[in-house]
Amino acid sequence: MKSFRWSTVGFQVLAVVLALAFTSLVLMIAGTPPLAAYANILNGAFNSMKSFADVAVAWIPLLIVTAGLLVTFSAGLWNIGIEGQIMVGAIFTTGALRLLQDSALPSALIIVAGFLAGMLGGALWAALAGLLKIYGGVNEIFGGLGLNFVATALALWLIFGPWKRPGVGSMSGTEPFPEALWLPLLPGTRLSGWSVAVGLVGIIVIYFLLQGTYFGLRLKAVGRNARAAFLLGIPTSMYGLLAFLICGALAGAAGAVQVTGVYHRLIPSISSGYGFLGLMVAMLVNYQAIWAVLVSLFFAALNIGSIQLPIVLKVDSSLAGVLQGALVLFFMLMDGVRRRFQPKS
Amino acid sequence: MNVELRNIHKHFGKVHANNDITLNIPAGVIQGILGENGAGKSTLMKVLSGYIHADSGEILLDGQPVRITAPADAIRCGVGMLHQDPLDFPPMRIIDNFILGQPGGLLPNRRQAEREFHELRTRFDFNINPDAYVDSLTVGERQQLEILRLLWLGARVLILDEPTTGISAAQKTKLFATLRILAEQGKTAIFVSHKLEDVEELCHRVAVLQRGRLVGEAAPPYVTDDLVRMMFGKGIKLADRAALSSGKCGLSVTDLSIEDVRLNLRHISLEVNCGEVIGLAGMEGSGQRQFLRVCGGLQRPVGGHLHLNGHDLTGKPYRNFLDAGVAYVPASRLEEGLIPGLTLTEHFILTGKQPGFFINRAAAQKRTEQGIEDFSIRGTPASQVERLSGGNQQRALLALQRSPLNLLLLEHPTRGLDIESSIWIWGKLKERCRQGTSIIFISADLDEILHYSDRVLVFFGGRVSEPLDAASTSVDQLGQLIGGKGF
Repeated sequence: MKSFRWSTVGFQVLAVVLALAFTSLVLMIAGTPPLAAYANILNGAFNSMKSFADVAVAWIPLLIVTAGLLVTFSAGLWNIGIEGQIMVGAIFTTGALRLLQDSALPSALIIVAGFLAGMLGGALWAALAGLLKIYGGVNEIFGGLGLNFVATALALWLIFGPWKRPGVGSMSGTEPFPEALWLPLLPGTRLSGWSVAVGLVGIIVIYFLLQGTYFGLRLKAVGRNARAAFLLGIPTSMYGLLAFLICGALAGAAGAVQVTGVYHRLIPSISSGYGFLGLMVAMLVNYQAIWAVLVSLFFAALNIGSIQLPIVLKVDSSLAGVLQGALVLFFMLMDGVRRRFQPKS
Repeated sequence: MNVELRNIHKHFGKVHANNDITLNIPAGVIQGILGENGAGKSTLMKVLSGYIHADSGEILLDGQPVRITAPADAIRCGVGMLHQDPLDFPPMRIIDNFILGQPGGLLPNRRQAEREFHELRTRFDFNINPDAYVDSLTVGERQQLEILRLLWLGARVLILDEPTTGISAAQKTKLFATLRILAEQGKTAIFVSHKLEDVEELCHRVAVLQRGRLVGEAAPPYVTDDLVRMMFGKGIKLADRAALSSGKCGLSVTDLSIEDVRLNLRHISLEVNCGEVIGLAGMEGSGQRQFLRVCGGLQRPVGGHLHLNGHDLTGKPYRNFLDAGVAYVPASRLEEGLIPGLTLTEHFILTGKQPGFFINRAAAQKRTEQGIEDFSIRGTPASQVERLSGGNQQRALLALQRSPLNLLLLEHPTRGLDIESSIWIWGKLKERCRQGTSIIFISADLDEILHYSDRVLVFFGGRVSEPLDAASTSVDQLGQLIGGKGF
């Protein structure tokens, strides 16, 4: 059993090496020294407390989204609609804050209401994808993709229509909320301790839900063989829908973090692509919540660390995306290779 | 074609599934391969057909060493395998499924293929409609489709893995006739089975495997006791029938009507007593499965009533049937019965009582170990179910059923199992009957039906016979009814 584990690790290390080699090749074609680029990314992510705090700002929503996606992946569902769920979560949060900001309620309570509204919004949007699948026979990948576009359109309409800034609406988003409605930031950073707490609590709850509960095991059973699970007495449609609701609520929470902790308003790109990035993290960690924490931190570091690449090395910051994508592809490739060459136990 | 296997070895983890097997099969011979579950029969055949790789060893066809690394290589060399669970594509039309494996050609010649399909079908008198969808076929019919397809692709060596367990007596006769014709044409048939009578009736030679080794070969006239001794290392007798039916409870079916794609079943009435065993006989696709599924709440009848212990369950959802103590054990174990990727322990957790929110792993582990011991499953609590052999999967599936139950419904409870396992499984089932569980089961094995049932219902083309008393019915009478005589 021991040697079996080690060879698995070996293949994973090989996947990382190959992904780095591939990205280096891309860099060399672009005429940039790879090592300098990697050094710059690491430097940009970890050279100071402030830059590390920036990494954490990106890490938290990614972690929350990934936690949600672990649930849908366990249930065998491809929740491509995650981007839209973050977006609608952010819209609901913004709506709740706008509604309550002039009331006499304490601001902490308003922020909590904003979070709950965001989770509700995300869950509703996910439930739509789930209901379309269960009752409409629409595959969740297509349903989710369509709903993503609708969510983006909804956000744009709100920003340029009913919620536009005094004067003229702009891509810069809605009018920022008063500072009282911001999540309190750690001194000298853009990071809020509260969003870190939400992220960690989220992933821990999901870890125990999937590892230690009857609910999690039933969800896995539905994901791996829905017909057998049904015969064993598990209401499969309900479990699929519950997976969507949980994932949507978490995506909505990520949207709420973006609104209350990062942007303090609704902007068109509020989801920042964390939904799709989260899908990659979830694929990479293969249902393991612990790894999701580290891998999402690493992906966030790549995103933040690459921001200064255009200034220093004249390489576009999308290099981070190349490395992330290459990692996922080579991990899956090496997993396939491993299955092929490793004797079955 | 002459098939020669030399020193074949195959390991699955610690299990030595094929241990130095050398076997020579001349052309024109029907070779039987006997062995109990897990003896390595399927593994050896999968090696020959390219489905899995041997760790070492050689395959020679007509004296030429060949490298078979994929089923496509095998079929190119003329080796075709009919798997125990037919491998096909349920959402496709039968004719498309038929054409699918044809090598080369961007555009398949549909019309010609259809014509040839008809010819083959007529030659072997198989009654399958090329325009139907594969998922509307029963396992038996899917096997027929697979045989036609392999012959059409030019198979000169046909490997059949437990082919007679899924099909009716009449279909078996047809199959045997087909195989004899093929052998006369110089083709080689390899017939993998644990059914002594089939092997004795059909095969020109027999090789016996036991725990991965080739332990002996035999030629007619066969001595059954010798074969059994080679398979198990000891002799076995069927357990005696015990009269068990008593009391007036259980399932009551009144004037039930069922409609399905090609079938209309009308006016079925049946009273099943507690602890009674009802066998459903008939050709595959005659309506037994639909009837069983209605009894399990998996399909809704269009008319009539269904009561269990006095509760009306007509038209209720499956959940209510479960609550009423009904369990359904499907025939395709890995598709409908078990969950690949989950361990035995996880299966026991899912099917056991689930108090609270968090899983009690220690208790589940204990229960699993108990189940493994009670049902003699060859595996560990951490074994993933798809790693178990077919017979052990069936044992696991039965071990997972709740207790007590009021009604246990089984599709082919011993399909693909060796005699020893079958007897043993029926021992377990009869134990449940003594506790008051009624059993309704489908089987294509007439001996099994007559031996273990109290009463028998025969299905033929949507019609259902009156319940027959199993003790006073002979195999011949039953066979005639299955063939549609005497309705």
